[in-house]
Amino acid sequence: MSSSTLTAPMPAAGALSSLQRSRQRMAWLLVLPSVLVLFAIAGLPLARTFFMSFTDAQLSDLSARQFVGLANYLGDTGVLNDPQWWGAVRNTLWFALLSVSLETLFGLGIALMLNHPSPLKALLRAAVLVPWAIPTVVSAKMWTWMLHDQFGVINAMLLSAGLIDAPLAWTADPDLAFATIVMVDVWKTTPFMALLILAALQMVPGDCYEAARVDGVPAWSVFLNITLPLITPAVLVAMIFRTLDALRVFDLIYVMTSNSRSTKSMSVYVREQLIDFQLAGYGSAAATLLFLLIALITLCYMALARRRMEGH
Amino acid sequence: MKHSLMSAAVLMTLAATAHAAPLKISCGAVGQELELCKQSVAEWSKKTGNDVQVVSTPNDSNERLALYQQILGSGSDKIDVFQIDVVWPGILANHLLDLKPYTNGAEKQHFAGIISNNTIGSRLLAMPWFTDAGVLYYRKDLLAKHKQPVPKTWEELTASAKKIQDAERAAGNDKMWGYVWQGRAYEGLTCDALEWVVSYKGGTIIDAASGKPTINNPQAVKALTTAAGWVGTITPKAVLNYGEEEARGVFQAGNAVFMRNWPYAWALAQKPDSVVKDKVGVVALPKGGADGRNAATLGGWQLAVSKYSKNQKLAAELVAYLTSSSVQKMRAINGAYNPTIAALYRDPDVLKANPFFGELYNTFTSAVGRPSSVSAARYNQVSNQFWNATHDVLSGKSDAKTSLAQLDAQLKRLAPQGFSGAK
Repeated sequence: MSSSTLTAPMPAAGALSSLQRSRQRMAWLLVLPSVLVLFAIAGLPLARTFFMSFTDAQLSDLSARQFVGLANYLGDTGVLNDPQWWGAVRNTLWFALLSVSLETLFGLGIALMLNHPSPLKALLRAAVLVPWAIPTVVSAKMWTWMLHDQFGVINAMLLSAGLIDAPLAWTADPDLAFATIVMVDVWKTTPFMALLILAALQMVPGDCYEAARVDGVPAWSVFLNITLPLITPAVLVAMIFRTLDALRVFDLIYVMTSNSRSTKSMSVYVREQLIDFQLAGYGSAAATLLFLLIALITLCYMALARRRMEGH
Repeated sequence: MKHSLMSAAVLMTLAATAHAAPLKISCGAVGQELELCKQSVAEWSKKTGNDVQVVSTPNDSNERLALYQQILGSGSDKIDVFQIDVVWPGILANHLLDLKPYTNGAEKQHFAGIISNNTIGSRLLAMPWFTDAGVLYYRKDLLAKHKQPVPKTWEELTASAKKIQDAERAAGNDKMWGYVWQGRAYEGLTCDALEWVVSYKGGTIIDAASGKPTINNPQAVKALTTAAGWVGTITPKAVLNYGEEEARGVFQAGNAVFMRNWPYAWALAQKPDSVVKDKVGVVALPKGGADGRNAATLGGWQLAVSKYSKNQKLAAELVAYLTSSSVQKMRAINGAYNPTIAALYRDPDVLKANPFFGELYNTFTSAVGRPSSVSAARYNQVSNQFWNATHDVLSGKSDAKTSLAQLDAQLKRLAPQGFSGAK
């Protein structure tokens, strides 16, 4: 990628002046450190994980490993034949779909409200950011206590309001645990969405709205035909960020529901295999599949987004 | 200048500790456990003139195991003496030193069950430091008020709990529950569920001699079905996410008639600010039916020496001192750590500090080990499969028969030839 951006504007190689050549060399030198760093911190570990996934290595003794080909993926005991892996995949995809959609909707709503001039705007904007600023492990613990069936404030409030007759086991009941996790994630990351969408809203030129007002266009139509198309590119970028994050979800689930199968995500599965079971080879295979799945979804998403934007 | 001075100082300190501390020990992580360990270690240092450094490790036992595996897996001599859980000897067997040549037969004083748990092949991999076993806590006042006997079987417990819970709720105490325990999908559920299965004489998941899974049997089905029947009736549904502390929270707030927990909860329930102070009794866990047996899962911690230690003999001597009768007596009196030496349960000083030790003696000697020796390095996988199968039954996602049949298939998939222990 870096080479194409560097050379694209240049004329054919033969026509380069010595000044251009030295500038090009300089440019390479300047990006070299970041390329090297990227290779060292992303490329090498990734390549090592790929390599490990074709072996039967155990974490307790990585040197005593044998090449087993695709057995970790396709074998009878391979990842792809493990119903628990598919359960984790299903959980993760549902989690990403639900949490990102809800966050986008709520984020849009909050951003539209914050976009109205108000003396409290600065204060509100800061207040909205609080959940995003709390470390996930802390907010997960905090919610665990608030949702506790015996001592939790949420159950106490719902009980006194007469909405439920008996305290609910939010994180334990298999029918509720998943929804609870999605809810806490939405609580935490809606501010992120709201802020990005707010930034996009503030970029919409004011004269568009003025022209619409002069023509007497109804508010709903203004939103649909002016605001939405203009903020869509920014919203799509924000959604990609959130989707990638959601597909890797680990901390929230690990803290709130531990090792329960009903909420296990792909990352939790990978950690369990690698650390708890010490299966470096098998765990690497699962990690590789996780990586490929995220890469695939990102590519599809970007292709879709690009086509959409070109269509407009 | 300042920086170079500082790094020089750090280097010198490092060099000094490396020189002066031939031994490093990991024991406890926080609070009283760490303090007691430091105290005993300091006494040994004073007596023998060898400096020992106490290294902090994570309090969470899963995290601690992961760290130990990392250190030992790389053959590092960073820690010489490890405090290990009762289920870890099998997992760590290849990295630990055989202590037999150093103990002079001291292991004969300790409970035989723990010694056999810590012995793999013919190698004694760890010396017992303190022990733990699941026990039943009950509210003496509530049982007396509703004229219920202390339950001998799970069936009696179920009936009593239901009766007292309903009566108390009718009297306005609507937060009252019959029985709380550990139902979260974690190692603690393996302990609880093993107690149910063994109490119904359903075996110990994997047969220790043949290495074959035995869990798929009618008695185990009966045990899990009984437990699943509690959830939502005498036990809050949230128990499916309870660990030890959540269960204790409910019981110590006065909101439960019975609780399954480890002995540590006794000292806390008897604290001056506890609302259940002097209202609590401790007995062995009930039998599974009239012809069942009492069963308590064995817990507790051991001290082991790393094979990669540069001072193996010295480390083994430190272990011998820390696990000796005098140190265990001190720990029992000051910290209520259950000794692993039978004679200490008759010691008047120990019994004065912990009156329930005497009553619990049989529970500790007959505690059932989890199948960690036979499944060795794969114990974590076995335990994970077992607690997940149990959790599915408790949460109503599956019935005991189906779930245990699946578990049996999974265990056979893990070890098609049967589990054969550590080599």
